[in-house]
Amino acid sequence: MAIPKLFQWLLGVGSFMTVWLAYLIGYIQTDLRKEYHEIIIALPIYLLITFACFTLGMIGYRVATFNDCVEASKELKEQIEEARRDLETKGYKYSSDWK
Amino acid sequence: MADKNKYTVLLPTYEERKNLPLIVWLLVKSFTESGYDYEIIIIDDGSPDGTLEAAKELQRIYGEKRILLRPREKKLGLGTAYIHGIKHATGNFIIILDADLSHHPKFIPDFIKKQAEKDYDVVTGTRYVGTGGVYGWDLKRKLISRGANLVTQILLRPGVSDLTGSFRLYRKSVLEKLITNCVSKGYTFQIEMIIRARQFGFSVAEVPITFVDRVYGESKLGGNEIVGFLKGILFLFATT
Repeated sequence: MAIPKLFQWLLGVGSFMTVWLAYLIGYIQTDLRKEYHEIIIALPIYLLITFACFTLGMIGYRVATFNDCVEASKELKEQIEEARRDLETKGYKYSSDWK
Repeated sequence: MADKNKYTVLLPTYEERKNLPLIVWLLVKSFTESGYDYEIIIIDDGSPDGTLEAAKELQRIYGEKRILLRPREKKLGLGTAYIHGIKHATGNFIIILDADLSHHPKFIPDFIKKQAEKDYDVVTGTRYVGTGGVYGWDLKRKLISRGANLVTQILLRPGVSDLTGSFRLYRKSVLEKLITNCVSKGYTFQIEMIIRARQFGFSVAEVPITFVDRVYGESKLGGNEIVGFLKGILFLFATT
């Protein structure tokens, strides 16, 4: 059986945070310029914001492009009428339900 | 049609007296036009509105070969309704759809053709891809639907675009195995069925469908449903 999704996430986020924390407390020595250093410190926040923006954008786009099936509804209504008439001619006892 | 496949439609009903004759009529029309062999099993859970009487009338009109009645005493849930229905099914494929007319039987030939393409184990309808879509949903409902779907996609990565849809075709043995392995109820039941199908290595395909909101009766989507949905998702997230 595969690893549950929860643990896959914990593993991924955990690994990233370990490396990030190691950098933060100076365990990983680098000679990066100051600007890069600042970006790395704020990286988790940046990633979180990017993820949130991506998600919201995605939902917005998908809501906007959600097909409205007006034709399908029209067709169904017509077929319901047809079905009622046909069932009535076939002697369906409860056709008065729809009246 | 020259193939020997037979398709059993399972229709669990509760208080669908007005819709049942219409959905059955549409099913008969779809199968008659496409020529596939079929039977319809109506599993009514003791509806007080007399859905069973309506079903008996339909059996009288369309014959006992096509319409089978397997009622139960009281409301016992969807999963057990399917198990109950399968026991009496003579088809080698099972088709499941809502009896409230939100799923149109005209799509059934699409499911069958898709299944035959690569001998898939499961074919599921999607409202989110291609010509699929919905009718009668306001912005709020669309937002909730899309939001819930994206959360599910991110957390569970199911490889299927529409998980809560319940318009599906299953190979009979596959459905039996999936149901006995599913623990969720409600919306999450449909999601778990697909997740488990993936786990067991069954092949799953999708076809676009339209979803027309209930003609008769109210559809339910309130705070309780959303909380239940989230609980279900988190359960699957932690365990699968």
